[in-house]
Amino acid sequence: MKRILFLAPIVGFVVLIGVFFAGLHRDPTLLPSMMIGKPVPQFDLPPVRPDGPGFATADLKGEPALVNFYASWCVACRVEHPMLMRLRAEGVPIHGVDWKENETGPGYQWLEMRGDPYIHVGDDRSGRTGIDMGVSAVPETFVVDKRGVVRYRHVGAITPEDWDRKIGPLMKKLQAES
Amino acid sequence: MSAEVGQFALILALLLALVQSVAPLLGAHRGDAALMALGRRATLLQAAFVILAFGCLAYAYVTCDFSVALVAQHSHTTQPLPYRFAATWGSHEGSMLLWVLILAIYGGGVAFFNGTLRETLRARVLGVQGVIATAFLGFLIFTSNPFLRLDPAPPDGMELNPLLQDPGLVFHPPLLYLGYVGFSIAFCFAVAALIEGRVDAAWARWVRPWVLAAWIPLTCGITLGSAWAYYELGWGGWWFWDPVENASLMPWLLGTALLHSALVLERRGALVSWTILLAILTFSLSLVGTFLVRSGILTSVHAFAVDPRRGVYILGIIGATTGLSLALYAWRAPALHAGALFQGISREGGIVLNNVLLAVLCATVFAGTFSPVFIEMANGDKISVGPPYYARVFAPIAIPLLALVVFGPMLNWKRDNLRAVLMRLRIPAAIAGVALLAALALGGVKGAVTAGGLAVAAWLLAGSAAILGRRWWAQRAYLGRAIRTTPRAIVGLTLAHAGLGLLTLGITGVTAWESDKVLSMHPGDTVAFAGRTLTLEALDNVQGPNYQARQARFRVEGQGAPYILESERRFYPTAQSQTTEAGIRVGPLGNLYVSVGEESPSGLVVRMWNHPLIIWIWLGGFTMALGGFVSLSDRRLRLGAAVKPAIKVQPVAAE
Repeated sequence: MKRILFLAPIVGFVVLIGVFFAGLHRDPTLLPSMMIGKPVPQFDLPPVRPDGPGFATADLKGEPALVNFYASWCVACRVEHPMLMRLRAEGVPIHGVDWKENETGPGYQWLEMRGDPYIHVGDDRSGRTGIDMGVSAVPETFVVDKRGVVRYRHVGAITPEDWDRKIGPLMKKLQAES
Repeated sequence: MSAEVGQFALILALLLALVQSVAPLLGAHRGDAALMALGRRATLLQAAFVILAFGCLAYAYVTCDFSVALVAQHSHTTQPLPYRFAATWGSHEGSMLLWVLILAIYGGGVAFFNGTLRETLRARVLGVQGVIATAFLGFLIFTSNPFLRLDPAPPDGMELNPLLQDPGLVFHPPLLYLGYVGFSIAFCFAVAALIEGRVDAAWARWVRPWVLAAWIPLTCGITLGSAWAYYELGWGGWWFWDPVENASLMPWLLGTALLHSALVLERRGALVSWTILLAILTFSLSLVGTFLVRSGILTSVHAFAVDPRRGVYILGIIGATTGLSLALYAWRAPALHAGALFQGISREGGIVLNNVLLAVLCATVFAGTFSPVFIEMANGDKISVGPPYYARVFAPIAIPLLALVVFGPMLNWKRDNLRAVLMRLRIPAAIAGVALLAALALGGVKGAVTAGGLAVAAWLLAGSAAILGRRWWAQRAYLGRAIRTTPRAIVGLTLAHAGLGLLTLGITGVTAWESDKVLSMHPGDTVAFAGRTLTLEALDNVQGPNYQARQARFRVEGQGAPYILESERRFYPTAQSQTTEAGIRVGPLGNLYVSVGEESPSGLVVRMWNHPLIIWIWLGGFTMALGGFVSLSDRRLRLGAAVKPAIKVQPVAAE
């Protein structure tokens, strides 16, 4: 009986390490989205900016754009935000979805405090649109082509490196597509 | 040139670490003193080469040698000197080199000090330590080589992430690593004891200073990290339950438990196998902390090296070290002698309760940190576990623990009487009661939680003071001598527990009374906030060494003499990024925290917070660390265990 007690730590540990190993290979940043190659699901979100436009699927036709999911309660979004401001200044079209806020206000205050990188920004209070798009956690960014088809999913904050290596070249390629 | 020297030094260090892992273990097994001595020398020499390698990298950073790829990625000629130096460990590779450096220094410490340490035990400790050093040097050289060259060398480098260009970064990672890595020594002692099959009070005496030596910097590091997040990230919080913060909190909780259980082992020879298990788990959690940051398994602000290949290597190291040591534990620990018996109400009983609560706290943090991984595994969903979970689960366990802290030092070893203990604590209890009633009278029943927090803080502070008070009161006839001869361990204990009281005070204050306000202001505008009036006096552009800033100057009146508060947003052109430097007026009663945002025709967005008593959170943390330091300086620890002199047998003259 006593032996079993001393065996407990190693048994627990083996289970844990197994899960971690599996977790490594299911690294979310490497997982392609279910959505890739499919048209953006239908949504029509109310505006975050009291005087601004809302955000609907129809807004995504015409030119390739980034759809960035953010939230005022999200720590990594704060790190990502200056990068979005830089991209906006460089003329990259970015739309925003304010995901799962508890109340009206913080999402808009966020834009006021830190600057507003978005063309359209919609309020996804229920998180429904995020779930339809397969968002697992904010920040998450989708690259959508001019026909409204999801082409790439980026999990986590966009760093200058991510932009230079992956997202930037992809956007260039999409712009060149007819 | 320095990069090649550094590279070569690292390779030599790896070879020496291999010698260090084989020679002393073999020597101890065979009782071969020469092999054991070889192990010691290899350890010291390995430390020297790792120090040389680190010096080479630091030199490349300080002299802006951009032909070294790592330097080009994280340094820039306009970056001020202290940050060029601190950038040495600002990258993944550099921080791993720092990790290895600290490991080598601790190993060298065991080889150099501990003069009274049993030679076979020391050899085994060094051997186990050598295995860990080999694993990490291998990780560094094969997956994260810091000395790769760049050809052609760029004329100037990219900049270190501006968020990290702060005095906080100069000290925060080294302190955390001193803590994480320091627990490796306790781990090595535990594994060595399992190999030897012998754990006794002397073992606990040797291991306790090493545990303290790791616990002190870890406490400082966590406190400093919290302070850094507060003033640098610009949104006024002091703890975010971020996975990486949790990763440092878990070893701290278990390390604190270990510190206490080793005391029982030393004094009473009890809790033997539990202490060994704690030593193994504490270091394993430190490794998990390293792993968390580096694997990308959990995304967080801190994850600056997301690379699954490195994750696999680190996971391999954790699997090997923890797995083997736990297997060894399952095999050998049941044979270790059971400790002395004690009653439930006794110092030992108190420490057992302390250990159980700390371990449960650690488990809740572990569950909160890793449950997203498990849930994703189970059904593919990703969830995030935020502060509400911890408020519901962590706090209800932490609060009883805080209340019980005061009882521990008042209990006698072996057996005690509950009524007598309560009598000893009547004065602190009265003080806490008065605090509770006063807070209830001022705040009403709605403020009951706040009043409870204040009462716990008063209870901890008065209860800690009572440790010294009772001692000195008993010897009041010779008060001067009583104060002078108080063992430093007791002073340290008092300080550490009082620090916990200050921490509770700060957390209660800022949780209960925090207030904030967001508005747009033009220069000349005045606003009333938290008993003060703030006037935006000017809005200027300021040029820093490697940034441009938009600086707002506020004049604050009310609550004492008027003063000027400056708050700015900095733009770093090289790194193409922006930071917020909040204006903070620090005071013992509370901080005023002002951060500025975007400008628009409707004015400058200003967000202000009033943080009552928040400073005591960090002062409490540092007081705890100071307590540890005072305790470590106690003579009894420095001298090590008293070793019974072997009875000399007089040679009998031959007849």
